[in-house]
Amino acid sequence: MRITLEARPEPSRAAMLLTPLLAAIATLVVGFVIFEAFGKDPVAALHAFFVQPVATRYGVGELLLKAGPLMLIATGLAIGYRANVWNIGAEGQLTLGAIAGGGLALAAGDAVPATLLLPAMIVAGALSGMAWAAIAAWLRTRFGANEILTSLMLVYVANFLLSWLVHGPWRDPEGYNFPQSKLFADAALLPSLLSGTRLNAGFLVALAAVATAWVFVRRSVWGFEMRVAGLAPAAAAYAGISSKRNVWLGMLAGGACAGIAGVNEAAGPIGQLLPSMSPGYGFAAIIVAFVGRLHPLGIAFASLLMSLLYLGGESAQVNLALPSAVTGLFQGTLLFFLLAADVLVNYRLRVQRGLPAAP
Amino acid sequence: MSAAPDVLPRPRLALRGITKAWPGILANDRIDLDVLPGEIHAVLGENGAGKSTLMKIIYGIVKPDAGTVQWEGQPVRLASPAEARRLGLGMVFQHFSLFETLSVAENVALALDAAQAGPGLPARIRSVSERYGLALDPSRRVHTMSVGERQRVEIVRCLLQVPRLLILDEPTSVLTPQAIERLFDTLRQLAGEGCSILYISHKLDEIRALCQRATVLRAGRVTGECDPRRETTASLARMMIGGDLPHPRHRAAAAGAAALVVDSLDLRADDPFGTALRSISLTVRAGEVVGIAGVSGNGQAELLAALSGERRLARRDAITICGMPVGHLNAAQRRARGLAYVPEDRLGRGAVPEMSLTENVLLTSRHQGLVSHGLVRAGAARERAARTIASWDVKASGPEAAARSLSGGNLQKFIVGREIGQAPKVLIAAQPTWGVDIGASAQIRQALIDLRDAGAAVLVVSEELDELIEICDRLAVIAQGRLSPARAVGDTDAEEIGLLMAGAAASFDRGTAFVR
Repeated sequence: MRITLEARPEPSRAAMLLTPLLAAIATLVVGFVIFEAFGKDPVAALHAFFVQPVATRYGVGELLLKAGPLMLIATGLAIGYRANVWNIGAEGQLTLGAIAGGGLALAAGDAVPATLLLPAMIVAGALSGMAWAAIAAWLRTRFGANEILTSLMLVYVANFLLSWLVHGPWRDPEGYNFPQSKLFADAALLPSLLSGTRLNAGFLVALAAVATAWVFVRRSVWGFEMRVAGLAPAAAAYAGISSKRNVWLGMLAGGACAGIAGVNEAAGPIGQLLPSMSPGYGFAAIIVAFVGRLHPLGIAFASLLMSLLYLGGESAQVNLALPSAVTGLFQGTLLFFLLAADVLVNYRLRVQRGLPAAP
Repeated sequence: MSAAPDVLPRPRLALRGITKAWPGILANDRIDLDVLPGEIHAVLGENGAGKSTLMKIIYGIVKPDAGTVQWEGQPVRLASPAEARRLGLGMVFQHFSLFETLSVAENVALALDAAQAGPGLPARIRSVSERYGLALDPSRRVHTMSVGERQRVEIVRCLLQVPRLLILDEPTSVLTPQAIERLFDTLRQLAGEGCSILYISHKLDEIRALCQRATVLRAGRVTGECDPRRETTASLARMMIGGDLPHPRHRAAAAGAAALVVDSLDLRADDPFGTALRSISLTVRAGEVVGIAGVSGNGQAELLAALSGERRLARRDAITICGMPVGHLNAAQRRARGLAYVPEDRLGRGAVPEMSLTENVLLTSRHQGLVSHGLVRAGAARERAARTIASWDVKASGPEAAARSLSGGNLQKFIVGREIGQAPKVLIAAQPTWGVDIGASAQIRQALIDLRDAGAAVLVVSEELDELIEICDRLAVIAQGRLSPARAVGDTDAEEIGLLMAGAAASFDRGTAFVR
């Protein structure tokens, strides 16, 4: 008996919906083994991972609070990824967004009402995220420099820029010499969305980005052209699709979304500028984009899952005293199965038996 | 071959009751086939008749749902091409299975056992290719090679393994008449050495000249078996399509104003193995079909890229469409000025494999009323796809079928239909009927002539001389990046043009042709 993979003539829709379920089951089985091996009750461990974080209203708020920036950034990145434009530097674009939005907030102080200041901060964040991404886009279209490298290197430049600002000119003079800015005025803070939690209006911005991206990808002619460029570059040249425009659109979409995410962090849970504005959302969003199959709705779900894995990992460490490496292992297992099960969308398993193979 | 029917030798390959269903289509329906040792056996059939599926079953790529395969009298179950090769089967595909970034020798080595793929391989490639007149440079990379040259790699790769059954799928579509004769000599030589040959084609003249037996397939079933040498082209066609052979109507051309003008175009090659274009001049007038003949690799790819706008030119008036200079424009901008283009590669260039037919209509027609305010009018695109499917009788499950789910010929009908559906002023078609069966070929040729009669300028770049002579009003030959002046088709013949193509190619250092 042999098991072989056979290409499907067309991607299977049923498999597309069933593979996440299959991956979840496989993860649970492996998780059982992992937790058993560490002498923990697997049921309690899984409960700590998946149920405890969202058992309270506050927990749900935290889930959405973390999912928001992941969703927003991954949505922007996926637009470029579909066209083979590989923006890896969302973390830096996020930082620039936080600098611009935060700088505006610090400059405005109490003088400007929230209805004016918050939109201005978001626009400033989007523009500066785009400007940071535009450097990589220009280097690519003008000199053919690989945007994976340039965008990634710009992350470190952005971090040093922020670091210099909070250590130097923007440091709070009454902050006991800590490298941090003044706290933002109330007018520069995003309004709360769910009382008793830290969830803020930034989540609505993320949802709006998902909806916009869906229209762009599925309905707009530019979105169509970018998909063609990603699937078949020769067909894109044949159809006269501008590869330069695709690079610009892809990089700017990612930069804008990451920049807004930076503003949302600064004006949301943090409320000031710190040397680091993100626990690595810009990089985690790359995984979210692929787990969500680069599809806006898939990304929305994937960001919730990723957020749950973060919270579940913390909860398992706190409640069961599991080492953080084990929670990381478990998270990796789920992502591995999710991406591996993908193969079933385009291939089917065939079990062959009977006559032996030819001699 | 000469044995009497009642004492036939044991077949080398015997298929019994082979059945294979794809989603929505029965590709093979209880097919029986015997191939004798040293026999050249034709498998003849239209698009979608099930030829390719049957060959893939024999070669171990596809599993049959039912039926048995016997090799030298033993039942076998071929689970992979590697096993088929171990038994002594070789296959030359219509769509080549070569890695573009690897060299000829590396590609060949991949198909061989480790023991055979040693350091002496380049020398053996050279000796086999010389023995059979298939000139090849083992160190050359495949991505720099034309279709005709790639086919040579496939054939040599098979011959190195000394096959006992060689399968060839539409092998002559890219060869000159003289080169076809040479290939036939090679195949007869192989058959004489005892190798069986399965020859898949829709070219009835070739089958009558080459094959001793023919099995005819129609809609997945065997509809006849015959000795093609005793049949006429018309009787073979009737068995194959179940009706009479369509003949294109061809009126004299009523050529009008110049629609496509190329003015002393010089173009450096993009890569070291490409062909530079040297002062190419050409005029195609409204209401005429002009053909460009030539052995592949002589500048066709470069010329087509320059004409289509896939490669933009520094000089705007090197190419004009209906009087407007377009040399600097990209493909979409040239389309907006009345150009349509059917490229040689269907999957990956002419169509996006993973996308639906509706989306593939959008690929080239998106600026023809299918987009408003930057948004795609999905309903209008679907309707246009459905219209193309219906009027061209494309075998597909519907407008939402992925392009890659269509057979080669059906996809080509769809692409030609899509391009002609744009009512172009100038249509360029590269190898429009390559690997397409007789019925669909006739349909495509007729459509090109009808487009001409409707007043469009048509340029056909093809390596099939018969086709060019059938549909063109004027004909030019491209060799080593130079284009001969176009001459009226009535003033020349296939032999003369074939010699011009082959002669030019033979004087070429790289030796690009199957020439003696």
